[in-house]
Amino acid sequence: MKSSHWSKLSVVLLLAVFPIIVPSDYYRHIFIMALMWVVIGSSWNLLAGYTGQISFGHAAFFGVGAYTAGLCVTKLHISAWWGMLLAGPVSMLVAFLIGCVCFRLRGPYFNLATLAIAEIFRLTAIVWRDLTDGMQGILIMRTFRNKAYYYYLALILAAACIYAIYRVMRSKWGYYFVAIREDQDAAESMGISAFRYKTFSLLISSFFTGLAGAFYMNYMGFIDPEVVFSLYFISIMAILVAIIGGAGTIWGPAVGAFIMVLLQETFRSSFFGIFPKWVSEAHALAFGLLVIFVIRYMTNGIVGDWVKVQRLWSKNKEQPLASTGS
Amino acid sequence: MHFFETQHLTKAFGGLIAVNDVSFQVEKAEIHGLIGPNGSGKTTVFNLINGYYPITSGTILFEGKELNSLPTWKICKLGIGRTFQVVKPLRRMTVLDNVMASAFNLTTKRDVAKEKALEILEFCELSKKQDYEAKGLTIGDRKRLEIARALATGPRLLLLDETMAGLTPQEQAEGVKLIRKIRDSGITIIIVEHIMQVIMNICDRILCINYGQEIARGTPVEVANNREVIEAYLGKE
Repeated sequence: MKSSHWSKLSVVLLLAVFPIIVPSDYYRHIFIMALMWVVIGSSWNLLAGYTGQISFGHAAFFGVGAYTAGLCVTKLHISAWWGMLLAGPVSMLVAFLIGCVCFRLRGPYFNLATLAIAEIFRLTAIVWRDLTDGMQGILIMRTFRNKAYYYYLALILAAACIYAIYRVMRSKWGYYFVAIREDQDAAESMGISAFRYKTFSLLISSFFTGLAGAFYMNYMGFIDPEVVFSLYFISIMAILVAIIGGAGTIWGPAVGAFIMVLLQETFRSSFFGIFPKWVSEAHALAFGLLVIFVIRYMTNGIVGDWVKVQRLWSKNKEQPLASTGS
Repeated sequence: MHFFETQHLTKAFGGLIAVNDVSFQVEKAEIHGLIGPNGSGKTTVFNLINGYYPITSGTILFEGKELNSLPTWKICKLGIGRTFQVVKPLRRMTVLDNVMASAFNLTTKRDVAKEKALEILEFCELSKKQDYEAKGLTIGDRKRLEIARALATGPRLLLLDETMAGLTPQEQAEGVKLIRKIRDSGITIIIVEHIMQVIMNICDRILCINYGQEIARGTPVEVANNREVIEAYLGKE
């Protein structure tokens, strides 16, 4: 127990001093992206991993957040940083409306409804040129040249998100979320309004996902509908991040985010230029193989099945599997 | 005014009338049995009381308040707890967390909920297993957990749906003790049960239904000697 506290503390310290040790903009960028994915993955995890409502449409919230920040500049003529304030509430409003529709459905029907709604957002953003400038996207001036500022902002966002979820999961809401995940009918008979608490979970989840979107707009300086509303690059990626790290665990999505972003970058750069360029095309294949491996051998993800991971390293294969819980 | 009553309760699934004009009254601190052969509509009555199914016609009154068309969770908040015949443990939560989730019905404070949950686990003699994941429990303990979870919501009326089915005779005896203890703490109980020894032992009054209709009511002895009841269970001579 003690040693795991120390290892966590050292990871946090390492992340805090990272931009000081590493001046390279390239590596800073990768870490900023990883931290952003910590936020999105953790948010998805709250709704899906803890509350059991598997969303295939988190791109809707990310995109809405990003466009909230972008539209601050193009329509309201104020700084995109205001988007960081507005994106959360706007995403929550959108999420509330989506929840009213989707939470009438259970299981696979809910999954498909979220998928469809996210696609509606993407197509709307493409077609509604008067508002969004369509496929032209939104281009803004970035505020800082130094990536360290963005790094620390992303770090604060990630820490705030994980801490908020940690607190929520220790409260009444957390118990209710897991109860709904485990058995919605039993939960209802325990005095839990499944609709209400699923909505609460979705609101928190969408708040942070929207915030990540607004951060992305500010950081990247450019968005278009195919990027921020992307089914593959956002919605599916959110699922992969959480599942590989460990859905239903606090730290799982954080671990998953770093693994996925590093893996993606390794392939995108053809193993940092070692391999020929065509290797970069294979990253979807690598993701696929990783997902198959995790689902087959570590159903609860790397953090959820940490005991199994440790066993791979330890010589003592006889040691019994302890139950890790969630 | 009765503590709890149904008036002409009826439920139709399409053309099938599962519960037909059932009226019965339950008084405070009573153990009221609900018996009948398989498929006679006992669990459907529970599902109507706790709002899982909408009522086709009739009225359900609890402490003078009409329950018709309230959602399940509100009925629980009004003070009616229930257990499920096919137990529904929250599998990937510990026993303690299962009961704590229920105990949050009365409080928003974690400490208070935990204290209440521990108290209930003690009461139901599950304390030793509080850190087990619910999916690892034996059927006897699952049934106990089901009761503990219902109790933790702080009900004044408890609906027990075949909490003894599948238990060993010794576990049944312990179950009977537990049910008596619950009643002695002032909670009114409606119990659906197949095991006659149990039902005859603990009920103050019994309603027997068949094909969704009342066929007999009264004390256990009266019901046990009723010809229609015997015929429903054993067939005609």
